[in-house]
Amino acid sequence: MVAASPATERFRPIWRAVATSVVPEAAQLGATEWAEVEAIVTGALAARPARTQRQVALFLTLLDWLPLVRYGRRLRALDGARRARVLSLLQRAPSLLIRRGFWGVRTLVLLAYYGRPAAAAAIGYRADPRGWDARERADGA
Amino acid sequence: MERDYDIVIVGSGAGGGTVAQELAPLVEHGRRVVVLEKGPRLADHEFTGVELEMAQALYEQGGGFLTHDGTMTLAFASAYGGSTVVYTGTSLTAPERVIRGWDVPGLEHADLLRRSAKYAEQNNVHPLEQSLINDNNHLFVTGGRKAGYAVEQFPVNVKGCRGSSLCNLGCPNQAKQGTNRVQLPRAEQAGVEVVTRAEVLRIRPDRTLDVRVTAKAPGGKGAPSEWPPGEHRVRAGLVVCAAGAIGTVALLFRSDLVGRLPRLGRGFTCHPALILVGEHPQTITNDVGHPKSYFVDRAAAEGFVLETCMYFPFVTAKSLTGFGASHSAIMRAFPRLQMILLLACDRATRENRITVDGAGRPVVHYRLMPDTIDGLVRGTRAAARILFAAGACRVHVPAEPPLIDAAEAGRIEQRITARHFRPGTLALSAAHLMGGCAMGRSPTDSVTDAWGRVHGTPWIRVADASLFPDSLEINPYLTIMALADRVAEAVRADV
Repeated sequence: MVAASPATERFRPIWRAVATSVVPEAAQLGATEWAEVEAIVTGALAARPARTQRQVALFLTLLDWLPLVRYGRRLRALDGARRARVLSLLQRAPSLLIRRGFWGVRTLVLLAYYGRPAAAAAIGYRADPRGWDARERADGA
Repeated sequence: MERDYDIVIVGSGAGGGTVAQELAPLVEHGRRVVVLEKGPRLADHEFTGVELEMAQALYEQGGGFLTHDGTMTLAFASAYGGSTVVYTGTSLTAPERVIRGWDVPGLEHADLLRRSAKYAEQNNVHPLEQSLINDNNHLFVTGGRKAGYAVEQFPVNVKGCRGSSLCNLGCPNQAKQGTNRVQLPRAEQAGVEVVTRAEVLRIRPDRTLDVRVTAKAPGGKGAPSEWPPGEHRVRAGLVVCAAGAIGTVALLFRSDLVGRLPRLGRGFTCHPALILVGEHPQTITNDVGHPKSYFVDRAAAEGFVLETCMYFPFVTAKSLTGFGASHSAIMRAFPRLQMILLLACDRATRENRITVDGAGRPVVHYRLMPDTIDGLVRGTRAAARILFAAGACRVHVPAEPPLIDAAEAGRIEQRITARHFRPGTLALSAAHLMGGCAMGRSPTDSVTDAWGRVHGTPWIRVADASLFPDSLEINPYLTIMALADRVAEAVRADV
């Protein structure tokens, strides 16, 4: 059991809320692609010590409930603009612990989204092990 | 299981691979030499260039090893060939002023140069042919010169480079001449044993090593270990530690040597790095071609070095500041992006050091010093000037907001300031990990002498970047090989 895994019912909504704020294109992902994203995050968390996993779980819980104070709703229930405002505040928080937490979660989202070959292709990334030969063939040079 | 060797080399990167090759002639004289490498040995066809797959297979913690406060990522490999599998092959020799500044008795710059030249020749170091240089590199040259900087070409250690751009994920064409391609195969041919997936847990005072061999994970990359999985005990006449700055220091801590070596782990430096990005109006060749062919060396004058670079989607995404629509917009411009790697020249300080936790795992304590932050700020401004001079319509840097349009190119000094370089808001990473077992005079100022002999325990030698008493200020691998060559020479003389 990986604590904070987005494949669990407990953490899936908050992960998705953060993921679609960090990478707006994630909102277009289908069920299969979300499963891929969740598997990458779960795998990355599983490779970390149990203590780190618990810290991520705690940070996500905090992240979800924090907006209740200002907006009367959890992060998962906020609209995109408000979610972005909350995350921006955390990104610039005076506390290193909070900034670190935000960067950790952000990094996991980016890992899972852009680490998929389909996402790499979608942004025009075309590196090929055959290098110049492959590029020249593809471009018809 | 117990085994006996005259010489055990821990690690197979620039240091360990070099020592293995240089000690290989001893095998002919009946000496038993073994290299114990923690990482796996990959077959040629397993270098696919797929970002997460290769990062997981080749890097320690998949490339996500963090400093203790979580504000910087340290990238180093764990594989047959160590970090020489994943660097870009840039091969510079140590600056004279740096070696003079190290002030290690018995270590002469001329000696390092001579030995560096030997490995430059062995590893086919040369400037890449102009016909193989991509737009990303050409733009750096054009922009750099227009902005008034002296741009130099990197000598690189490639043979038959096809321009995959995937150097940092392990060359898929076996063109890069790391120790996995040159020194280790030679050593093995001469009878040196190399055992992969073999982690040295501890060196005991009776010269035995506790070694754990791990089984290959189902579906994972690389060959199974040459030894059966499980715990092994290895008796050694002499041990050469070349597990990299972090690995070697952690091993010596686990071996209870810190009591006799008060400087163990001290003086860690790493060239904290930022990836800076400029967006051009037109598509450029960036993810094809050797990624790193040029640099601007402002280390002595301004405390930074700029190098061309090109990273993969995830590394690029995590290196950009911010998130959301503006971040996505830059990522979607990938085919139009020019990238520059900024390396800050940090100094050895009392605070920055390597220790181990209760389980013996390495812990790197690192804090950005004011001088290093100044170097990052100056380097970021210089990179922005170069990107704009090269024709970028906007650049992405640590600033608020992070995108600076060409119209604001005249306000770089105002837009890029130290207040945007707070730990935890920057995507800092480092790959040149140095220090922790500094060479010097005695245990009061260092861990080893100028030949890598550990003070008070001369049957343990060190032969990697942990020997550096301070930052090298340039890409370190050729200097590591030169120092390892010295260590091997001393071992040959002693055994």
